[in-house]
Amino acid sequence: MNLFFASVQRDLLVHFRHPSEVLNPLVFFIVVISLFPLGIGPEPGQLKEIAPGIVWVAALLATLMSMDSMFRSDFEDGSLEQVVLSEQSTFTFVLAKVVSHWLLSGLPLVLLMPLAALLLFLDEAGVWALTLSLLLVSPTLSLLGGIGAALTVGLPRGGLLVTILVMPFYVPVLVFATAMVHAAEAGSDTIGYVYSLLAILFGSLCLAPIATAAALNLATDQ
Amino acid sequence: MLQVLNAGCERDGRRLFENLSFTLAPGELLQVVGGNGSGKSTLIRVLLGLYTDCHGDIEWAVDKAPLYLGHRLGIKQSLTVIENLRWFGVLREEPVNEFRIDEAVYKLGLTGFEDTFCAYLSEGQRKRVALGQFLIMDNPCWVMDEPFSAIDADGLSFLMAMLQEHLDVNGGIIISTHQSITIDRPINTLALQ
Repeated sequence: MNLFFASVQRDLLVHFRHPSEVLNPLVFFIVVISLFPLGIGPEPGQLKEIAPGIVWVAALLATLMSMDSMFRSDFEDGSLEQVVLSEQSTFTFVLAKVVSHWLLSGLPLVLLMPLAALLLFLDEAGVWALTLSLLLVSPTLSLLGGIGAALTVGLPRGGLLVTILVMPFYVPVLVFATAMVHAAEAGSDTIGYVYSLLAILFGSLCLAPIATAAALNLATDQ
Repeated sequence: MLQVLNAGCERDGRRLFENLSFTLAPGELLQVVGGNGSGKSTLIRVLLGLYTDCHGDIEWAVDKAPLYLGHRLGIKQSLTVIENLRWFGVLREEPVNEFRIDEAVYKLGLTGFEDTFCAYLSEGQRKRVALGQFLIMDNPCWVMDEPFSAIDADGLSFLMAMLQEHLDVNGGIIISTHQSITIDRPINTLALQ
């Protein structure tokens, strides 16, 4: 447990000292969202119709941007092989990395979500549904993305490969999340979607770190 | 503390070593020598279980996993010297007290750099920080891959004293280096072709 908290603290400290890696995806997210009204036209009805899709795609791309760096610096400076060598479980380390990744990329996106939704003229129900769906989904994105990041950590330029590996896993989440926002806007019940997203989250929480830890052990085996 | 029987390894179709058998007992130092590309680092990674594409029996009889200094130092550039040393302690689940860290910083000649980010240190100073892990913990076995590169003459004599001290308390050391080791103890040499 000590490793878990120390590792989260260490990651937050490192990124606090070099915030560009954290800020780039957030700026990207806001830029993409704010370009849509300019490109499509400031028609509130039209924007509102496509808003959930736009916001979700932008959030996914922003998350993927930050994914490649999840284990890269630890791999390159040798911290990763020290973790593998120490008798502590790689699983704990992976969980800590996922949690700090979520704190640094998922949570800020959740906080930016209401702003993004307002830019696209979503009504109150839509804003809440969108924020709630991202809150439920962003930990899943970090968990699943970790597998891709760990598999490509030994490659010099893994960025695009991570996207290709991870995208298929993101599709079901994207489908449920946008459906949830549309349902909320239409005034219908969203609890079924919440349960589905939670189920995906807990499923990934149980399985993804095992795969990620195995991939990291492979990456250091050279 | 370590027994190796008939270890062999091939890499990219080239046989690095074959039928290697040796042991390491408490209080012994094993020096791995050999030219560039002869497989010293690979042997060390094989011994630690970091490289598994090999055959043979490697058996450790130690209660704590050996400490390892490799080519990648395991140091974060954006953390300070002290923060990096503490991290080594966290990894090994050792309750490292601040006094030992201060003492290690002093011994390593890093006084005044305690709160400097490792990105601003020289190559040799970073190596000293990584060597600090051996000073702040009491692990019986040390494994060092080229610990003397980038270290100056003062550091070298300090390192030799450090090795001697560890052997005196019945620790075991595996070291790969081209440098001749000047300690007052018999040295076992393992030469790779």
